[in-house]
Amino acid sequence: MTAMGAAGASGLWVVRSWASSGPFNLAGTATPALQEALKHFAAGAAMQRGRLKIDIDALVENGNAVPVAVTYTGPQVEGVYVRALGLFTELNPAPDVAVFRWPAPAAGLQMPARVSTRMRLATSQGITAAALLSDGSCWFDRVEVLVTLAACIEES
Amino acid sequence: MAQALITLPKQIRAGQRVTVQAMVAHPMETGQRADAQGQLVPKDIVRRLTVHLDQALIFEVEFHAAVAANPYVAFDLRAQTSGRLRLKWEGDRGFSHVEEVALQVT
Repeated sequence: MTAMGAAGASGLWVVRSWASSGPFNLAGTATPALQEALKHFAAGAAMQRGRLKIDIDALVENGNAVPVAVTYTGPQVEGVYVRALGLFTELNPAPDVAVFRWPAPAAGLQMPARVSTRMRLATSQGITAAALLSDGSCWFDRVEVLVTLAACIEES
Repeated sequence: MAQALITLPKQIRAGQRVTVQAMVAHPMETGQRADAQGQLVPKDIVRRLTVHLDQALIFEVEFHAAVAANPYVAFDLRAQTSGRLRLKWEGDRGFSHVEEVALQVT
């Protein structure tokens, strides 16, 4: 609790980089594995930052099952729908977490596309979400999460 | 036989957006974890969830090892008529589980 209190007092762990102006960028600071995973997800589309909301606690006590929700918040355009939402990590053993796909707009779901799941976090890191739209555009955003007890370390 | 849980509103108005929550019992072994003897436990995860409304595939999920044990997904749908919602999970070692629920549109 002491460590948490100290971190809280300095305000370090409440930082969330939803704004489009963060220091993170795909070409530079993203890990090679994450870049590769995002490239695969985007399937050739240029990636732009924004239009996504990632709901996850900024401070996570237990990394074994962290609730996370992703919402596409872009403008609703007639005939355009979200084909896929992807969730990725930087410092887990593998970058992919989950990919959610809607095969057709007739699926009944239209904007705003929204999914949630529970994920594992090996350590404090950035979480990246991406959206692939039917108009061919691809969006991503990223948030920082601080984990105090990591996943994958418990013995059976 | 695996166990699965699906929750959705009992009664839905036509065109209403509803959230479906789905969870299946599965350890989601990452392949990174060692057992008591120090041996790596082989990777064994659920790979895929497909959701059909009657005959139409409306939603699918590709899971990786970073999804927590007992994989949980919540997604939204909008239905105009009653139907059957069919969820199928598939994974390693032939894991397969199908769960069906009625979608009651009033």
